[in-house]
Amino acid sequence: MEGALSILSKEKQQDGPLLRVEGLSKFYGGRIGCADVSFDLWPGEVLGIVGESGSGKSTLLSCLAGHLSPDRGEVIYAGRDTVTMPEPERRMLGRTDWAFVHQNPRDGLRMGVSAGGNVGERLMAVGARNYGAIRETASDWLGRVEISPGRIDDRPRQFSGGMQQRLQIARNLVTGPKLVFMDEPTGGLDVSVQARLLDLLRGLVRDMGLAVIIVTHDLAVARLLAHRLMVMKDGRVIEAGLTDQVLDDPQAAYTQLLVSSVLQV
Amino acid sequence: MIEIENLSKSFTLHNQGGAVIPVMTGATLRVAPGECVALTGQSGAGKSTLMRMIYGNYLAAGGSLRVGGLDVTRATPREIIALRRETLGYVSQFLRVVPRVPTRAVVAEPLLALGRPAEEAFARAETLLRELNIPERLWGLSPTTFSGGEQQRVNIARGFAHDYPALLLDEPTASLDAVNREVVLRLIEGAKARGAAIIGIFHDEAARARVADREIDVTEFTPRKAA
Amino acid sequence: MTDQAYNFAYLDEQTKRMIRRAILKGIAVPGYQVPFASREMPMPYGWGTGGVQVTAACLTPEDVLKVIDQGADDTTNAVSIRAFFARTAGVATTEATAQASVIQTRHRIPEAPLTEGQILVYQVPIPEPLRFLEPRESETRRMHALEDYGLMHVKLYEDIARHGEIATAYAYPVKVEGRYVMDPSPIPKFDNPKLGGMAAIQLFGAGREQRIYALPPYTRVVSLDFEDHPFVASKADHACDLCGSEVSYLDEVITDDRGSRMFCCSDTDYCAGRRDAGHRGRLSPEEVA
Repeated sequence: MEGALSILSKEKQQDGPLLRVEGLSKFYGGRIGCADVSFDLWPGEVLGIVGESGSGKSTLLSCLAGHLSPDRGEVIYAGRDTVTMPEPERRMLGRTDWAFVHQNPRDGLRMGVSAGGNVGERLMAVGARNYGAIRETASDWLGRVEISPGRIDDRPRQFSGGMQQRLQIARNLVTGPKLVFMDEPTGGLDVSVQARLLDLLRGLVRDMGLAVIIVTHDLAVARLLAHRLMVMKDGRVIEAGLTDQVLDDPQAAYTQLLVSSVLQV
Repeated sequence: MIEIENLSKSFTLHNQGGAVIPVMTGATLRVAPGECVALTGQSGAGKSTLMRMIYGNYLAAGGSLRVGGLDVTRATPREIIALRRETLGYVSQFLRVVPRVPTRAVVAEPLLALGRPAEEAFARAETLLRELNIPERLWGLSPTTFSGGEQQRVNIARGFAHDYPALLLDEPTASLDAVNREVVLRLIEGAKARGAAIIGIFHDEAARARVADREIDVTEFTPRKAA
Repeated sequence: MTDQAYNFAYLDEQTKRMIRRAILKGIAVPGYQVPFASREMPMPYGWGTGGVQVTAACLTPEDVLKVIDQGADDTTNAVSIRAFFARTAGVATTEATAQASVIQTRHRIPEAPLTEGQILVYQVPIPEPLRFLEPRESETRRMHALEDYGLMHVKLYEDIARHGEIATAYAYPVKVEGRYVMDPSPIPKFDNPKLGGMAAIQLFGAGREQRIYALPPYTRVVSLDFEDHPFVASKADHACDLCGSEVSYLDEVITDDRGSRMFCCSDTDYCAGRRDAGHRGRLSPEEVA
């Protein structure tokens, strides 16, 4: 009885989407960056945004994450519109509830700061002031992303590309965010390194109940990571649905072309 | 448990002049808990297509398709994901996994996704792997390197890890030797006994005769050629 | 001798007004770097042009000015700035901390506690504490605006990770009234505890960087640290070889080619005062006739 009740209340808490996007549009002069994008994202859900270069998927991600300000539309997170939210609050969100994993680890890491400092920065930004505890957490996170804690004082420059990317993920997830934006996180990595990273991400998504919006042009990555897909072309969402359904039974002409243009995924 | 009414399906090939190919029409079918229905019909008649539609992998063109009360043809992706996680299992002919993930974790994953404790999930995975005669030394390796028969058994173990109330089985006994075939048939019988509604494709006639309560020939649902 | 060719204290009245407005704004928002239109001064940047402009804006004919460089009244920089104002403003000058109403300083806070009514003017080379972590001024200003100070502790973290302790010994960053992180100018961290709760007004001028900031009297100033690596105001573990003081900040002086050295107070006025009062250090002449 008690168990059933606690499950009920947990369900209650998760009532409603984590992120609700309405009519999001961004124009570069007369050119469309992205237009009229709407979707809901629920806790624990991984949404893939696929499309060719220039399809607007990166513009969309930047607008969602607050790196670009959209011209129209709403991005409602936990009941608040992050587009109109004052910048201090948006930044606070960016170092607590939200995280952003860049394609190039150099954009997401401080290359001159040790691995431990990189992971610890978000903790210190939200007020952690115990060196020993920060170091312990950093070391724990290095382990979780399969970097030997013995390398805590090494700079990212001394790491391989795959390690740098894993370090960037640790740096982002250390404060237990609820929503993670990822821009081609496996781009530029060897296939075997990609697989390891995908496995790691899947485990973290499941264990932490993360909601993820991942931009990728790699349909194989999308299939393995994303629950749902949005296919973009010329700044607009032309098809959306369950990942395997979109890939195995694509409806739009463009999606059919996209799926048939890649080798077996 | 599974109720299909007047279901139809067609493919529109936009990149081949917009050709519309109807592949199924008027499919109607009910499967009760504890019942196993075998789909029959020639290769290409639409057995796998129907299975994929039930699983939400293919979109329906018309009709209704309910699994555990949820109309899959109208459900949101989120509802289908929940359905697949909790209610509807699918053993396909092919194993699709992230490379590098150990076999033990591949099999335990459906339970972990349900939030079961890791200990319980892995114990269950190991029991199934042992039953299906996957040598213990392979449990820590990725199944991507396994033989076809081993992969198929890993796939079955994964499909039976959670006691789904509804199961879709696509050639579960193909490429298995007699011993393992027997293990799989017993797993299917066990699932029926606990009340699972099962739809299967079995080319293995003896197996079909043993586990299926009814047969449905999907040829009935094939649209007439060039009417 | 006042040089009549110049306005009082060298700068014209409009400029002094502009600087005073920046100072008042700085006092109103403690720790916030106020931009101001720094003027060319008849001395090179790095010689205290920011401090000199702030001092010029504060001086009245009744003021008594003291100028110190690393605590000493008798170094080139201190002597020339003192002479500059003696000539252009005609104000009285002194070396006695207690008698000064305005003290311009480079890299030290006097040992003697300052009192209400006194003004301490710091010369600041680099006012931005985040500069070496984030080179973009546009970004550091935004970080201040949004109190995005995680990076500051990253620097201290790196210090401990590399050296086992916070190795920053001067220009040690502080947080002002729980809001702005501020560079206290390159004073030794020994002086940091004196920043907070000081009775005097503290003004900071950076000429090249065109910034003024301030601490009004009795401001809360906290040196950044970690709970398990608390801030320590360290000094050389010696007593002054001239006056015997064990609590003052010391300079180390090499006295010959064989590595002999002595330690003496960096605050010359403080040291002289103690010697006048009869205190003696290791190297003091024994006989006083």
